[in-house]
Amino acid sequence: MLNASDITVSLGRTQVLHGLGFRAKPGQVSAIVGPNGSGKTTLLRAMTGDVPYGGTVTLNGRDTRDHKPWELAALRAVLPQSAVLAFPFTVIEVVRLGLQAGTSAMQTEIPMDALARVGLAHYADRFFQELSGGEQQRVHLARVMAQVWQPQQGGIPRWLLLDEPVASLDIANQLEVMDIARSYAAAGGGVVAVMHDLNLTAMFADHVAILAAGRCLAAGSPDQVMTDGILSKAYGCTLRVNTPPQTAATYVLPHSAASV
Amino acid sequence: MVADATSGGASLRPLPRPSDRLRRARLAHVYLAVLLGVVSLFSLTIGATDITLGDALGKLLRGEPLSRMEQVVLWDIRLPRLAMGICVGAALAVSGAVMQGLFRNPLADPGLVGVGAGAGLGAIGAIVLGTLLPPVIIDRFGNQIVPIAAFIGGWLTTIVLYRVSTRHGRTSVATMLLAGIALAALAGALSGILVYMADDRQLRDLTFWGLGSLAGASWVKVMTAAPIILIAVVTATFLGRGLNGLALGEATAAHIGHSVQRLKNGSILLVAAATGAAVAVSGGIGFIGIVVPHLLRLATGPDHRTLLINAALLGASLLVLADVIARIIIAPAELPIGIVTAVLGAPVFLWILLRRRDLVDM
Repeated sequence: MLNASDITVSLGRTQVLHGLGFRAKPGQVSAIVGPNGSGKTTLLRAMTGDVPYGGTVTLNGRDTRDHKPWELAALRAVLPQSAVLAFPFTVIEVVRLGLQAGTSAMQTEIPMDALARVGLAHYADRFFQELSGGEQQRVHLARVMAQVWQPQQGGIPRWLLLDEPVASLDIANQLEVMDIARSYAAAGGGVVAVMHDLNLTAMFADHVAILAAGRCLAAGSPDQVMTDGILSKAYGCTLRVNTPPQTAATYVLPHSAASV
Repeated sequence: MVADATSGGASLRPLPRPSDRLRRARLAHVYLAVLLGVVSLFSLTIGATDITLGDALGKLLRGEPLSRMEQVVLWDIRLPRLAMGICVGAALAVSGAVMQGLFRNPLADPGLVGVGAGAGLGAIGAIVLGTLLPPVIIDRFGNQIVPIAAFIGGWLTTIVLYRVSTRHGRTSVATMLLAGIALAALAGALSGILVYMADDRQLRDLTFWGLGSLAGASWVKVMTAAPIILIAVVTATFLGRGLNGLALGEATAAHIGHSVQRLKNGSILLVAAATGAAVAVSGGIGFIGIVVPHLLRLATGPDHRTLLINAALLGASLLVLADVIARIIIAPAELPIGIVTAVLGAPVFLWILLRRRDLVDM
């Protein structure tokens, strides 16, 4: 269980998050959605300890502040929105950076498997900087997966925290990445993803938290919370939620007042 | 459909075997150690007198005593000079590599961004104002005062530099280089004031020191600088993993398990100690810290676990070689070694800039 309660964050003098709560269960893909500036990424950054925050974040029942950095690294991996890399490392070297010390026996297998999982095994020896933005993002996903490769260890769930994991990807890769998230959760791991795309969210998430102006507007299964009323209120525009009979998957359509 | 992240993809096609740069880099430890050995023997053989190491070793092997001349030249002149060259070269190259890792940028070099100047200010301050210290301290620390002051100067400069040029875990190269120019100018101006205050004897000390030279090498100086440099270089090799993580940015370095604050503090202390000790005994010798790590990254990759050790070995070799050149090129007189490293290093530095213009836009 990942449990963030009463989270407040101020950036400069502006309070960005106002005492909000968020829970994610292992075995599920939990999505955080909301309009630009609603505090999605800030909430994730509070949960990963990247910004100073008030309130508590517990991971598998223990306050994250009580963990050493390497203990947290063994429990959860974080995919940032945009990742930087200094120096000319190769793709496989980047993926290996995610491995903890002492896992040398598995150093060749896990990174290559992780690269294969994101479809980039043939790029292992290329320089990271030579890849396109979308490919770089997938290399970082492979690095993050390599860090917590087994979704559970000794019955304890591990976590993937992903900040807009499909932001710079084409549609096939978006599906592939969300599929990776799903299978990680299906194997007992926990996945928390900040999402921009409401339709992908409806398709892949088990649990959705909708943020607006630094507060949690609603949280629950996509069926419960992704409704015309809640989404229109959160995004400040008219949105229609539909369910085509053949797939039973929810999809969201923007509704422009001007075009009616 | 897929039950677990470990399945899928992996077994679909045979995977290519990644060529292992790490293994090549570890092999380079051996090659560079041999290079250092060869260069060192060469350095012991070359000099104003025609005493050669071969003759001396031959005598020792045959059990004959060395002449007084041979003893003085080899033991009191050439050997301490070689030891100091090795120490200073290793210190400059390793502190360059660590600083580049810390700033996530191949252009960061203590000499280039004002840390050397800060250490120099500390050293000059100690030479000029050291006599004002209470006699107890002078008696107790004696020769250590100049390196300690150089260390403090370098340390303070590095901290200011990092604070000014790093925002939200990202370092701006432009800000870093400009801040380095400002800090170097400030340190230079303060050093100038101190030079005005110096008396004649102190001025002579300062002149010798400021040229950047190994000519004043003595066992006392070696014993002063070597322990600090040795500790710094050995400690640096433990930072390799953390500096690799830092290449991903501070936040990600923390996410993959590194204690980033400790890593940063350790790196800054180490750069200041190594640069301070090197500057204190040899003055400002430029470009080793930027050229050596860059060549090694081209040859064996940027992995700091091997880069730092290789930098120590190659830095030591190059400085000893530069010292040999400094001694023979206008023999019997000799050039300050700082001139040799600048003449060889500055073009390499320009070449780095030409090859990687994108770096400057960061």
